Amino acid sequence: MIIVKDLHKKFGNLEVLRGVSCHIKEQEVVCVIGPSGSGKSTFLRCLNRLEEPTSGEIIIDNIQVTGEKTDINQVRREVGMVFQRFNLFPHLSAVQNIMLAPLKVRKTPKKEALEISEELLDKVGLSDKRDAYPDQLSGGQQQRVAIARALAMKPRVMLFDEPTSALDPEVVGEVLGVMKTLAKEGMTMTVVTHEMGFAREVGDRVLFMDEGLFVEEGSPAEIFNNAQHERTKAFLSKIL
Amino acid sequence: MRWDFVLEILPKLGKASILTLELTVVGIGIGIVLGLVSSLLRISKIKPLDLIAKLYVDFFRGTPLLVQIAIIHYALPVIFGYIPVALVSGIAALGVNSGAYVSEIFRAGIQSIDRGQMEAARSLGMTWGQSMRHIILPQAVKVSIPPLGNEFIALLKDSSLVSIIAVEELMTTGRLIMGKTPRVAEIWFSVALLYLILTSTIALFVNYTERRLQTGDNR
Repeated sequence: MIIVKDLHKKFGNLEVLRGVSCHIKEQEVVCVIGPSGSGKSTFLRCLNRLEEPTSGEIIIDNIQVTGEKTDINQVRREVGMVFQRFNLFPHLSAVQNIMLAPLKVRKTPKKEALEISEELLDKVGLSDKRDAYPDQLSGGQQQRVAIARALAMKPRVMLFDEPTSALDPEVVGEVLGVMKTLAKEGMTMTVVTHEMGFAREVGDRVLFMDEGLFVEEGSPAEIFNNAQHERTKAFLSKIL
Repeated sequence: MRWDFVLEILPKLGKASILTLELTVVGIGIGIVLGLVSSLLRISKIKPLDLIAKLYVDFFRGTPLLVQIAIIHYALPVIFGYIPVALVSGIAALGVNSGAYVSEIFRAGIQSIDRGQMEAARSLGMTWGQSMRHIILPQAVKVSIPPLGNEFIALLKDSSLVSIIAVEELMTTGRLIMGKTPRVAEIWFSVALLYLILTSTIALFVNYTERRLQTGDNR
């Protein structure tokens, strides 16, 4: 589903990704963990080219993401993204946030877009917040709307960039709950996260990144109970 | 002060202030269109377009409006060989001049919007243009309203400068009356009062717009 080959990303002289490769299968939930500054978010943002890779190859759903001729907007329709800081559109209500992209990008008729949006609001448990503006919602509610907004494009893949890092502890659970449901439904998901509990419970595979490389990968059990690399062990000992 | 004289000249000055207001409104209208285009060119990251817009903004902000009026009314007709019409020259000068200021107002407004907004819009598959139109500009225009209001008021006062090419707006009308009577004080205090009424009205209108836009989205 997602194939990454020898991905490099430099910011000036700083090489943030130093040759990253991986293969994410359909319906797989992959959690990327690692210390801050290790390149996790940059890796994720390269997948839909919010960051332009310096070199390397990315293929999502048989579409070449990297390359001059790629229509990146075409790719992004199929790749939903959820941000750490939600990035809801503050001048639009919850339901308008969700239906905007289907209307403008997919050219979905208004009635249908509205139906999709209301279904999704229901799915994330926020039917009663349909007409609320982002600043009237709590962080957890905003992030759930943001997930619904990404889902409205019916993406083939969902990317989550530390979706719970900006949330108060007591609302982290409601967002993880929505993500768990998605995973159960078979959505292909790549999640950059510090929520080890989520990675352990929901992840099919865990990738440990450090200093711009995937140092170790394996099932959650392998990584959390029986890490092989010193750096993985050192990282896990600090956070578990 | 002779109040009966003030009352006598007020209708004439009042009529002239309508032309002043019209000049300013059309000028700011042109300015908003030019400013929007120019600000988008400036942030487009397409170097030649950015450069053209930057030259435009720097020229019109860096030279006196009085000189710009003279160039448009006297110099350009010589170069391009046409007969200038004072009203048209005046409006054009006010328009291109305010366009340069409005360009910077919009640019600041656009840049004040969190980068995450553009990223979120693009991540949904929207093009740069769609993201600008539906996400960035609605928010940028809102934060630009107060400085736009200031520009509107500044332009109204600056519109007095078109009197040098004899557009019969408020300032020119004051001067014409002065030529026929020795009652100088009455004339210029009346002119000042009318400008004050115009600028206060605009300030009220801007405040109202600002408050109306705030309801429903209290960021």
